[in-house]
Amino acid sequence: MKYIEQEIVLKKMNVRNLINSLFKGIFLMAVVITLLALLILLYRIGSQGYTHLSMDFLTNFASRFPAQAGIKAALVGSLWLMAIVAPTSLILGVGSAIYLEEYAKKNKITDFIRVNISNLAGVPSIVFGLLGLTIFVRALSLGTSILAAGFTMSLLILPVIIVASQEAIRSVPGELRDASYGMGATKWQTILKIILPAAIPGILTGAILALSRAIGETAPLIVIGVPIIIQFLPSGVMDTFTALPMQIYDWSSRPQQEFQAVAAAGIIVLMAVLLFMNSIAVLIRNKYHKRY
Amino acid sequence: MGQSVQEMIAQSKGKKNKQFIEKIIPVILFLIASVSVLTTIGIVLTLVFETVTFFTRVPITDFLFGTTWMPFSNKEQLFGIWPLIAGTLKVTMIAIVVAVPIGISAAIYLSEYASETVRRIVKPVLEVLAGIPTIVYGFFALTFVTPLLQSFFPEIKIFNAISPGIVVGIMIIPMIASLSEDAMSSVPKSIRDGALAMGSTRFEVAWKIIVPAAISGIIASVVLAISRAIGETMIVSLAAGSTPRFDGDFTGSIQTMTAYIVQVSKGDAGYGTTIYYSIYAVGFTLFLFTMAMNLLAGYVSKRFREEY
Repeated sequence: MKYIEQEIVLKKMNVRNLINSLFKGIFLMAVVITLLALLILLYRIGSQGYTHLSMDFLTNFASRFPAQAGIKAALVGSLWLMAIVAPTSLILGVGSAIYLEEYAKKNKITDFIRVNISNLAGVPSIVFGLLGLTIFVRALSLGTSILAAGFTMSLLILPVIIVASQEAIRSVPGELRDASYGMGATKWQTILKIILPAAIPGILTGAILALSRAIGETAPLIVIGVPIIIQFLPSGVMDTFTALPMQIYDWSSRPQQEFQAVAAAGIIVLMAVLLFMNSIAVLIRNKYHKRY
Repeated sequence: MGQSVQEMIAQSKGKKNKQFIEKIIPVILFLIASVSVLTTIGIVLTLVFETVTFFTRVPITDFLFGTTWMPFSNKEQLFGIWPLIAGTLKVTMIAIVVAVPIGISAAIYLSEYASETVRRIVKPVLEVLAGIPTIVYGFFALTFVTPLLQSFFPEIKIFNAISPGIVVGIMIIPMIASLSEDAMSSVPKSIRDGALAMGSTRFEVAWKIIVPAAISGIIASVVLAISRAIGETMIVSLAAGSTPRFDGDFTGSIQTMTAYIVQVSKGDAGYGTTIYYSIYAVGFTLFLFTMAMNLLAGYVSKRFREEY
């Protein structure tokens, strides 16, 4: 029985195993590099920014002097912005998702809306800024107000919220729906009292992630013309304002070395806000995650 | 009680209010759903109208074929788009060189080698990376990557194409990795097991079976990542500089399309000036680039999908 040359097979097998281990190492390296990049980024910002982090930093307005520069106006401005973006994008996003999942017939118009949403998700944020500048700031003469910026950001994150809400609604099992109809409920009653409550955790998780994207977005705000140095707090949605990423952008682009620490401290505040929001999303996901 | 079921049905049918709600709700929801379509129409109309205004002042041929971008010149303003496109492509190229090998390798590791525990740790980390605001990446490029590069290659200037390119690459790694991993994981387990049973090594399974089967998803992820890199704004605004140039130099200050729009928006080019309208022409060009990439990604993933 000399059909299989044991030695040759063994040799080949060794080579193949060697290639396998080699590439396993290479692939693992890619993962490690990615993790390292994140670690270095976080470490750098933490070590640069912590010296400037204090209560004064949170309660001071922006200043020409690095030592006195604070983030109060930007932090409050970002909260105002969210007060517009959250309800606007949720109503538009969840409404669209309900329409697409529950009411839309299978026809060309529906297909068009779906394709349009996925294309809209790929439009660069700066282009949304140009839209906001033309429509909200100029045509509707809202100026560089919280309202104009809020509407622009809402449209920017709308595709994300629609898709997340669609998935959440789709994952509600058909039996619940059938049971509701069987009890004599109308379609809207079923949606409002059965489907939405069951889908809310999924919708909220997606919405919070989308909102955290809106908080970190800078480009649309710059294009709209949101100012940087603001020495007062806004008192209404028509007031002008500044936001966290705008303030960080300004500090980062200043030539003085001292402002880098201020910018890093600003980034720590921004990341803390994002971390807080993401933990809420995770909490909601874990607490209400029901597998039907 | 004293009411029969029929009476109750008749009573509830009589409620005009309820019927009205059932009819009006779909209409309201349809109107809400059309906001996303209106947004797209708004974007296209805005860009087209303002760009047309721009072309009444600057000949379209100058814009398309000119190789000098000098909008702030006192003597003669020049609006040839190519230097901005060159800047965008330089950054995008470096980003792709960084992100594609790392992203796809990481995807293969996660899909074919990693244990469940490793996957459970790495995937959220990728989400964190994807969720970091681009302004943070920009700060990182300017204050860490550029000085680091300069310490190895002193000829690199403070503003250059390489550092933002690398950082844009880091930014899009999660996108390529998780989309490619999705594509690879959706290859049926039976195919994988079949190849393993024939005596293939893990690498042979990954390279000869899984990657070819998932190639449409992998390519689509890369194309989408290119689109993201082209539209990226804050990293290049902070770290790439503001010198539009049409050449092959990566080590000095450049300007991308997005960075130009930011530069004008920050300054005080008044409403109605040629410079004001130029940001729409540049925005329109940018929009066409990313739209082409998104459509290409959609086409690739549909046309070359392997059905199981």
